[in-house]
Amino acid sequence: MSTATLEPRVHAPRNYLNADYGIRSWLFTLDHKRIALLYLVSITFFFVIGGSFAVLMRIHLTEPQGALVQPETYNKLFTLHGIVMIFFFLIPSIPAVLGNFLVPLMIGARDLAFPRLNLLSWYIFIVGGLFTLYSAIGGGVDTGWTFYTPYSSTYSNTQVTAVAVGVFITGFSSILTGLNFIVTIHKMRAPGLTWFRMPLFLWAMYATSIIMTLGTPVLAITIFLLALEHLFHVGIFSPALGGDPLLFQHLFWFYSHPAVYIMILPAMGVVSEIIACFARKRIFGYKVVGFSSVAIAVLGFLVWGHHMFVTGQSVYAGLIFSLLSFLVAIPSAIKVFNWTSTLYKGSISYDAPMLYALGFIGLFTMGGLTGLFLASLATDVHLNGTYFIVAHFHYIMVGGAVMGYLGGIHFWWPKISGRKYPNAWAALAAAIVFVGFNLTFFPQFILGYLGMPRRYAFYPAEFQVLNVMSSAGATILGVGYLIPLIYLIWSMRYGPVAEPNPWGATGLEWKTPSPPPTENFAEIPVVEEEAYAYSAEETAGA
Amino acid sequence: MPEVEAHTQPAGLAHQFGDLEQQQGAATLGIWVFLVTEIMFFGGLFASYAIYRWLYFAAFEGGSHILDIRLGASNTIDLLASSLTMALSVRSAQTGNRKATVAFLIATVILGGIFLGIKAVEYDQKFVEHIVPGLDWSPEGNILARLAPGGLEHAQIYFFFYFAMTGLHATHMIVGMGLLLWLVLRARKGIFTPSYFAPVEVVGLYWHFVDIVWIFLFPLLYLIGGRY
Repeated sequence: MSTATLEPRVHAPRNYLNADYGIRSWLFTLDHKRIALLYLVSITFFFVIGGSFAVLMRIHLTEPQGALVQPETYNKLFTLHGIVMIFFFLIPSIPAVLGNFLVPLMIGARDLAFPRLNLLSWYIFIVGGLFTLYSAIGGGVDTGWTFYTPYSSTYSNTQVTAVAVGVFITGFSSILTGLNFIVTIHKMRAPGLTWFRMPLFLWAMYATSIIMTLGTPVLAITIFLLALEHLFHVGIFSPALGGDPLLFQHLFWFYSHPAVYIMILPAMGVVSEIIACFARKRIFGYKVVGFSSVAIAVLGFLVWGHHMFVTGQSVYAGLIFSLLSFLVAIPSAIKVFNWTSTLYKGSISYDAPMLYALGFIGLFTMGGLTGLFLASLATDVHLNGTYFIVAHFHYIMVGGAVMGYLGGIHFWWPKISGRKYPNAWAALAAAIVFVGFNLTFFPQFILGYLGMPRRYAFYPAEFQVLNVMSSAGATILGVGYLIPLIYLIWSMRYGPVAEPNPWGATGLEWKTPSPPPTENFAEIPVVEEEAYAYSAEETAGA
Repeated sequence: MPEVEAHTQPAGLAHQFGDLEQQQGAATLGIWVFLVTEIMFFGGLFASYAIYRWLYFAAFEGGSHILDIRLGASNTIDLLASSLTMALSVRSAQTGNRKATVAFLIATVILGGIFLGIKAVEYDQKFVEHIVPGLDWSPEGNILARLAPGGLEHAQIYFFFYFAMTGLHATHMIVGMGLLLWLVLRARKGIFTPSYFAPVEVVGLYWHFVDIVWIFLFPLLYLIGGRY
């Protein structure tokens, strides 16, 4: 053990934050908690970048003929917004930040199974991010985040290769994180922590990791082929060279549809934790909720064709993909109903994390149900390529995944930072986010249903009112995101010191000090009860 | 890293594990999960290959017949032999036979080198015959007669897959040989014991995987449509 050379100002016990100072102790750290914070800072940076692209788009769309930028620039804005938000914010968000921080704590281990791989994954992420930033500065990319050929081949005159390399590299960070979680959850659980005693967040992480390890390599090889096609001008996906553009879409969506579940499953795990804690109840139907995560992961691999109903794939394939897509609704609905049943007769308190979790349930339900419109062949022909799709997936990814992420950050912030944030501000921010989000994206459902196509820099004048509403909502949403950024940073220095278990929650992560020591636990804990033993705790304790 | 365990740790045990058995289990599971990701990675390539082979069978058959089957077969035998030496080196590490471990590891590296040498000769032939897609593609004068009629345009796709698949495979071989050399250095120091040999086993599994990929590549690329 190294002796302390720097004594912290207050007489705080040694923890992972004050164990060492200096930039080297962060850049070469093998501590999963510090790596989680490295990710937290990096993805917040990318969130701000991706968010500013959205701000520019929404300003542009306040006028039918476009208020701000050239159409070519607009194409680059929505492309980079998608790429940055999906590959550099949403996919790493909960797994790489909260997952990295919490998986070892929740299973009662000292670290992940492979700490070096964990650090490597962050560096890979950063290298991939730099490639993408380079491409954004050095000319941009205008293919849409999906890189469809021939936009990305015959008609590409932008930085497609650089951004493809960036996404390719970043994929490996995702693979390594998933691999690390799978092995850790299998091999490093504390004595007594059986699979069915694990918190549901771990089930969600496990299911997510399966998708990361099975799906991401397929995206990697697809992008690899796309880059080779670019370099050598041989037709693989480009129809002008004898390639098959549908093959690209099949391979791309084989990853990118399951990637939607990489984004939403972790948020569902977070929500399960929060709901149980703030309703003071065991999760209703624990096993079913756990298995529904795995079911979503498995089914998620069988539905990619629903992105291609209008591409000319066979009608029979379309029918099967439609049916399978409907099946995903079953495990999703199971979760929503079980959370609702958990709330029933619970003693509910409305702290900030709970507000985000409740917001998640409502918004995810809307996003999920509108997904059924798109999974139906006939309605999809009408809605495909319109703002209805944009609204649908933002309800899942922003209303779902980002709400879950923010809820999780607020729930575990006292554990991560050792400080509490002002609850009134947090509740206010959660309300602003909810209002701003709905005002931004609900009008887009209507716009899409009326036939406004996505990815156009112009629109007919009769759509202006709804577009201005959406832009106004985006402003409110932006304010809602800014407030937590301010008070969370403020709390690190001025917030009241957090006790080990400020929410009175169950789970091993709350049984160690806040912030935890570098080795997580003084002694490896022994687990003797199920997850969410809230009622037992109350009858025994208070 | 701070030492948190009061007792002395066995050699090779990382701080996050309770004992060597847990560490070995984690390492083995880790490599298996990694190999699954590799299967998915190559799987995308094989799936694309399958689709184009179905679309342009004549071109693929013609392109296949230009490859030198003797070199391909020699490489297959060579790689199978390297799998044997790899397995023997894992066995030697398990039994604590340091000399044999090192010898078999070096033998594996040499067999890997022979494979890459033969592969380089094959690649060179493609440049001589101007059938390198993108870089040097003008088969009209010399090799056209042997290509299937009408398949010339799509033969380029076949050779694209030939280079992409064998190139990716060769990259994995080079990585594997680097790992083997690292193992040689460690094995010579006598780091591996009957209770700690996980790195040899893990690299061994990787090496076998790379061999298996070739076992699929050889028939898919060299043996299409039979030889007459």
